[in-house]
Amino acid sequence: MSLTQQASRAAPGAGPTRRPSPPRSRRRAAETRAGYAFLAPWLLGFIALTAGPMIASLYLAFTDYHPIRGGSWIGLDNFDRLFDDPRFLDSVEVTAQYAVIGTPVKLAAALGVAMLLNSRRRGQGTYRSLFYAPSLIGASVSVAIVWKAMFNDQGIVDDIGQFFGMPAGGWVGNPDLTLPMMILLAVWQFGAPMVIFLAGLKQIPNELYEAAQMDGAGAVRQFFRITLPMLSPVLFFNLVLETINSFQIFASAFIISGGQGGPANSTLFYTLYLYQRGFGQGQLGYAAAMAWLLVIVVGIITLIFFRTSRYWVHYSGEGR
Amino acid sequence: MSTAPRPDGATSSVARNERSRRAANRRRGRTLAFHLASWALAVVVLYPGVWMLLSAFRPSNQIIGQTGLIPDETTLDNFRKAFEGIGGISFWTFFGNSMFLAVASVVGVCLSCSVSAYAFARIEFPGRKIFFTLMIGTLLLPFHVVIIPQFIMFNEIGWTDSYLPLLVGKFLACDAFFVFLMVQFMRNLPRELDESARIDGAGHPRIFLSIVLPLMRPVLATASIFAFIWSWNDFLAPLIYLRSPDSYPLPLMLRQYTDQTTVSDYGAQMAAAVLALVPVLLFFVLFQRYIVDGVATQGLKG
Repeated sequence: MSLTQQASRAAPGAGPTRRPSPPRSRRRAAETRAGYAFLAPWLLGFIALTAGPMIASLYLAFTDYHPIRGGSWIGLDNFDRLFDDPRFLDSVEVTAQYAVIGTPVKLAAALGVAMLLNSRRRGQGTYRSLFYAPSLIGASVSVAIVWKAMFNDQGIVDDIGQFFGMPAGGWVGNPDLTLPMMILLAVWQFGAPMVIFLAGLKQIPNELYEAAQMDGAGAVRQFFRITLPMLSPVLFFNLVLETINSFQIFASAFIISGGQGGPANSTLFYTLYLYQRGFGQGQLGYAAAMAWLLVIVVGIITLIFFRTSRYWVHYSGEGR
Repeated sequence: MSTAPRPDGATSSVARNERSRRAANRRRGRTLAFHLASWALAVVVLYPGVWMLLSAFRPSNQIIGQTGLIPDETTLDNFRKAFEGIGGISFWTFFGNSMFLAVASVVGVCLSCSVSAYAFARIEFPGRKIFFTLMIGTLLLPFHVVIIPQFIMFNEIGWTDSYLPLLVGKFLACDAFFVFLMVQFMRNLPRELDESARIDGAGHPRIFLSIVLPLMRPVLATASIFAFIWSWNDFLAPLIYLRSPDSYPLPLMLRQYTDQTTVSDYGAQMAAAVLALVPVLLFFVLFQRYIVDGVATQGLKG
């Protein structure tokens, strides 16, 4: 009897009177029809613009497809060539450095400012909005133009650098300084993760800090024993999101280097090289191979994050 | 007699006063430090924006090499040149193109994502769980995997050099972020509302249109703002698909400026960059609550 009760409860809108099964199954069929009708836009988009193209690009990765010449199956040649391609290896190095250095610095800045703002003082909301603003425009062409002008020879940053004894000549043309310049652009957009950190900090019950203070724990201990563990789910979310985002930088690198990725390949980010090969030179097969490598790498990194998360991400109410 | 030891209560109250005054001082000191630190940070964060704005009013040959913020000489020449546009096409043409793309994106996102989200949040049907998982999966998918075959496909259909490749995805709920956002929002709406409508014999289209959609106004606002700004800033897709300069949106116009920088008209470039940001900043000023709260609760990126 409990089975039928459960079934009638599970079927939504089956009504208080336990009706015989035919209307219910008809109702379920109607639900299914409605479900697919409502899902239609997404489903169509998913098949035609995401899943289909993904499979197609997997196939293309094994061809030498060109928009005019067409292409034929060449097996693993693209991948073989990739690992002998010095520009490809440069682009991997640049992107990896950018992600590995830029993401932690950006998150550290975001967390630091979030902790500064996490007090119920007047003006907190205004500062929050103000610091968030760069995240909204940071990836735009306008900001790339400004960044280039600011870091150029005789630009403002060059002047400040010279004041502190750095060589003149600007950052844009110096292969050793372009990556720091791009990382600064990323760090400047610390506002988005900051806002998320701030929301997480607000969730930490104040009693924890009061109890810790009672026990004589200092600010550093409190940070490592309370703030960081309690914030770890948010930190995890930000880390995954920002790492993946950092692989996709394109417009700023394109504008600052004039589409070239120079000087000396120092701004040749992965996506910029993919663009050059695929759309600049029409080697779409080669670019598809690059794209799939990126997906695999992003997938592996995400998997590592999720697999290791149980060792350092603390979910409250998890009964440990 | 006056030197007689005070009763216990009095000493402790003096001490308490002293302590609370010190605490108040400390609190005031901390508030001051908070504002000083926040202000210093605000100066650093805002510097590029302010510098850009003021540079746009400087004579073109005085932009580089000027560290100070306040221009010695101001001019509107840069803006005049920026409004003239580039290659004989007026700034307003590019602006109109950007505006059309952004508004169409907003319409597409609101229509397609809300309908699809309703299916995920409110209808029970076989396959829903799998599709939901797939939808979440596309959140993390780098768009570069799909952009090459999409290009080939749109090229074959003959859609390149039109806005269709840029917009079709918006009308097919391809921005999983917005679908996810709306599903989360709908799940928090009380189910009793649609259940009572259901008992009154309303079908899903009625429930969606007359009950759920009106309640979704806040989330539609958040999605619209972000859809607008993302479309406005988008660079890669227009770069790949658009060929004729008179169909370019603003980011491609700005790129043309930077290409010609051998001539180095920094002034016009700066003024155009400022003008291109105006709608985004206007949105931000008007809707900062929606935007910042949207980021805080849903982790939307900028």
